[in-house]
Amino acid sequence: MDALIEKLKGQIIEQLNLAEVKPEEINPDSPLFGEGLGLDSIDALELIVLLEKHYGIKIEDPKDGKTIFQSVRTMAEYIKSQGKS
Amino acid sequence: MTHITSYAHIKHQRLSANGTLLFDGGSSGSLPGFLTDAYKALGMSYPKYHKMDALCKLGMLCMEAALKESELLTTYPADKIAIVLSNAASSLDTDRAHQASIQDKANYFPSPAVFVYTLPNIVIGEIAIKYKITGENAFFVSERFDAGLLLNYLEALFHGETQAAVCGWVEADGDAAEAFIFLVEKSNKNSNFKPLNQEAITELYNQ
Repeated sequence: MDALIEKLKGQIIEQLNLAEVKPEEINPDSPLFGEGLGLDSIDALELIVLLEKHYGIKIEDPKDGKTIFQSVRTMAEYIKSQGKS
Repeated sequence: MTHITSYAHIKHQRLSANGTLLFDGGSSGSLPGFLTDAYKALGMSYPKYHKMDALCKLGMLCMEAALKESELLTTYPADKIAIVLSNAASSLDTDRAHQASIQDKANYFPSPAVFVYTLPNIVIGEIAIKYKITGENAFFVSERFDAGLLLNYLEALFHGETQAAVCGWVEADGDAAEAFIFLVEKSNKNSNFKPLNQEAITELYNQ
């Protein structure tokens, strides 16, 4: 799980152009939206693209995103649960 | 009396304000590299900048440079400051990037973060958000820099509620990038400033 979390941090930084954020500065349990990384609605769409592009996971119901994208750890857990890591 | 009170240029990867060079990226470097290095050179701290397309980055850098010695933002109410920008290529640079992302049906991953920049007036929105400006705004697309067009529109605005304006030309088309922003104020009495007219705008643009 830790390796997947680290990989995800790098992919999030690249996909969302977080040029001033370093992987070690991302707490895997901090909220991605609002506080924490302070991502916005366009970033949410980019995270959906990230899951599809890198892990072949399609989120069919947007409501699921609220749970999946709570933190880097919840993203990693969801990828694992889909057998895609 | 309405005056041009400050201006800034980005030409050939050189950023200057009021005739003073602020950053020289060297004309042989890449545009993305210049846009990042100039941001650092200006001491800006605005993480959202890195998510913007080249057009918006050019506008933001030029605006920041034009504001360096200006009191425009603290002198006028936010809703009395207008933003009027123009260019020739519209958002073509980002339109191409979006097209490339949907060209291959087998590798079809359009980026929402790219798509949101497929309109030229988004640069006005980004400037308005960063500097908390809420007045009138317009973006014109013309074949080349048109001082007369901008002057006509500014004069119409200043006949209304507008008391100050951010105006200019922001162009990004491949590596052909250029920006020119000038600030206009209705009530500034400093005699060193240029009165707003077509000759003054043209002269400053050609510097």
